[in-house]
Amino acid sequence: MRNLKVDSVDMVYELPKGGSVQALKDVSFDLTGGRLLTLLGPSGCGKTTLLNILAGFLAPTAGTVKLGDEPITGPGPDRGMVFQQGALFEWLNVRKNISFGPRMRRKPTGETNAKVDELLATVGLKDFGEKRTYELSGGMQQRVALARCLANDPAVILMDEPLGALDALTREKMQGLILRLWKDTGKTIVLVTHSVEEALYLGDRLFVMAPRPGRVEHVYDLPFANTGLDVEPRELKASPEFIEKREEVLSLIWEMEEQIMGHEGS
Amino acid sequence: MSEHGPGGLSGASDERTLQMVDKSGPFSGWGIFNRSGSADARKTVRFGDAGAVRSMPFWSLLSLVILLLAWWTVTKAWGFPDDFRQQTAVAFAEADPPRELTDNNLVTACRQSPDCDENGYSQVVAPTFFPSPADTWRGFNTLRTEGFKNITLWEHLSTSLFRVGVGMLAGTVVGVPIGFMMGLSSRLRGFFDTPVELFRPIPPLALIPLFILWFGIGNPSAYALLIFASIWIMIIAARAGVRTVSLSKIRAAYSLGASKPQILFRLILPNALPELFTGCRVALGVSWGTLVAAELVGTDTGLGSMIFQARSFFRADIVLVGIIIIALIGVFLDLIIRVVESVLIPWRGKGG
Ligand SMILES: Nc1ncnc2c1ncn2[C@@H]1O[C@H](COP(=O)(O)OP(=O)(O)O)[C@@H](O)[C@H]1O
Ligand SMILES: [Mg+2]
Repeated sequence: MRNLKVDSVDMVYELPKGGSVQALKDVSFDLTGGRLLTLLGPSGCGKTTLLNILAGFLAPTAGTVKLGDEPITGPGPDRGMVFQQGALFEWLNVRKNISFGPRMRRKPTGETNAKVDELLATVGLKDFGEKRTYELSGGMQQRVALARCLANDPAVILMDEPLGALDALTREKMQGLILRLWKDTGKTIVLVTHSVEEALYLGDRLFVMAPRPGRVEHVYDLPFANTGLDVEPRELKASPEFIEKREEVLSLIWEMEEQIMGHEGS
Repeated sequence: MSEHGPGGLSGASDERTLQMVDKSGPFSGWGIFNRSGSADARKTVRFGDAGAVRSMPFWSLLSLVILLLAWWTVTKAWGFPDDFRQQTAVAFAEADPPRELTDNNLVTACRQSPDCDENGYSQVVAPTFFPSPADTWRGFNTLRTEGFKNITLWEHLSTSLFRVGVGMLAGTVVGVPIGFMMGLSSRLRGFFDTPVELFRPIPPLALIPLFILWFGIGNPSAYALLIFASIWIMIIAARAGVRTVSLSKIRAAYSLGASKPQILFRLILPNALPELFTGCRVALGVSWGTLVAAELVGTDTGLGSMIFQARSFFRADIVLVGIIIIALIGVFLDLIIRVVESVLIPWRGKGG
C-alpha cells in the first residue's frame, strides 16, 4: 500500500487578463494507503484543483506530490478518476466502457472479459453490459464510471463530487456502494463532496478546506466509515455522535461562508 | 450558398456554420426519424412551443398537389376545337417521320390548320419554354427508354453521382485530417486559419474560369470544383468535431492509461463522428448543387451537361426532367445520409 504524500503544494492560476488566483496555499499531508479521505469546503476552496494535481492533470506551481516514492508528473492508470458526470464514452456500450482501460493497455482479452463480468456484478449492473450508457439512469452511469476505474486496479481512486448530480435516494445507495467497494478492495480513495453528511459518512478522514487562499483548515479522523456497513445508514446518520459532528462541521463552514460574503461585500 | 456563413479569421463561426443544417431535416414529422409521440394534444400552451411543431404529412402532400396544379394551369393545353387533338394524333402517327404528340407540336399544327381556332388554345407560357406536366412525363419516358443524344439517362445519372462521390471523398480525405490538426494544435490552427477563412467564402462557381485555364475543360475541372466545394466544409466540421470532446473525457481516458494515438483514434475520432456526418450532409448538398455548374465545364455526360445540351436543342422537357431528377436525388441523398447516420451513430446528441 503506497502512501499519498503531498508536500507544501501551492497552486496559482494566472488569469488571462492579468492577475492571479491562489487556489492552494501550502497544502501538506501524508495519506496512508487504504484510507478514505473526503474533501469538504465552500466552492472555490480548491478541492477540484487538489484532486487534479493528485491525478496529474495539473502541475502545482510549488511543492511535490508523490504516490509511494514516485513523484506524480502526469495522469496514469495507478490513479483512477471518477467525474461528476459526462465522462463516459457514449459510443461504447457498458462493457466496452468498463474494459476501456485494460484494452488500451493491451491486457489479454480473456482476462479482461472475466474482470468486466466480475465488476458488472460488483456494481450491480449484471444485466446491463450490452446497454448503451445513455440508456442508463444517472446513478447507473456512475456505477459504470466506478467499474471502469476499478478495471485498471488503480492504487488510488479520485472522485470529484461523484454523487453530486444524483437525487437524494440514489445518492444514499451509491454511498453504500462506495463504502463497500472501499472495504472490499482496500483502495485509497480521495472523494470531493459538497455534502457535509456525505463527507462525514464516507470519510475515514475528512479535510475541511477554506478559500482565499485554498487551504486545509481542519482535519478530522472519523469513526463512521468503518462502522457504516454494519449499522443501518439512516440510523448511523441519526445517531447523537454523527449529529454532533455534523453541527460542528456545518458551523465551521457557515463561518467561512459568512467571511466570504463579508469579503465580497466590502 | 448559405452554408458559407460569414466568418472572421477567428473562426468563431465554425459551429454556427454547421448549425445551419436543420438537424431534424425535412419531412421530420413523417415518423421515420422521430419517435416522439403526440402527447402534445393535451398541451394548452401551443403557440411558440417550437418543439411541438413538426411537418404534417397531409400538408406536405397538399403543397405537392398545389405545385402540380399550378404547373399544369400555367402550361394548360385545352381549348382545341372538337376532335382536333384526335385528328392531329392520327396525322402525326402517319407522318414520315412520325411526330410526337407534344403540346408544342399541337400548337404548331393548330397554327397551320385553317379549322383550328388559334385563340381557343389558352396558355400562359409557350410550351416551347415551359412544357406541361404531360409533355415532361413524355420527355422523361423517351429519356428513360432512348436516352438523349445517344447517352442513356442512367449513364448521365451515374456519372453525376460518381463525380460527386469522388469529389466528396477527396474533400473528406484531405479535409478531415486538416480539420483535426486545426482542432488539436494552436500552431496548426493559426497556420490553416488563413487559407481556410480566405478560401471558404469563395463561391466554387467563381473558380470555373481559372480551373478551365489550369486543368482544361472536362473531368479534371469538374473534380477540382467539387473538391473545392466540399473540402472547407469538411475541414470546419472536423475542427468543430474535435472541439466537442469534453475535457473530462480526455482526462478520464488518460487516467485509464490511453496513449496519445489511442486518445486520437479511440476517443476524439468517434466523439467527432456526429459533427463529421453533419459536415457530410452539408457538403453533399453543396456539391450536388455545384454539380450542374461543374458539368458545364465541357463534360458531355452528367445531368448538368445533359441539361445544357438539351437547352441548345430547345428541349425544355428534357431540361425540366433533368432539374426534377437533380432535386429528387438531392432529397434522396440527404435521406440516405440520415438513415446511415441513425444506424451508425445512434448516440448522436446523447453524450453528456
Ligand atoms: N483554470 C482556472 N483558471 C483560473 N482560475 C481557476 C481555474 N480553475 C480554478 N480556478 C480558481 O481556483 C479556485 C479553486 O477552484 P476549484 O479548485 O475549482 O475549487 P472547488 O472545486 O473547491 O470549487 C477558484 O477560485 C477558481 O475560481
Ligand atoms: Mg469543484
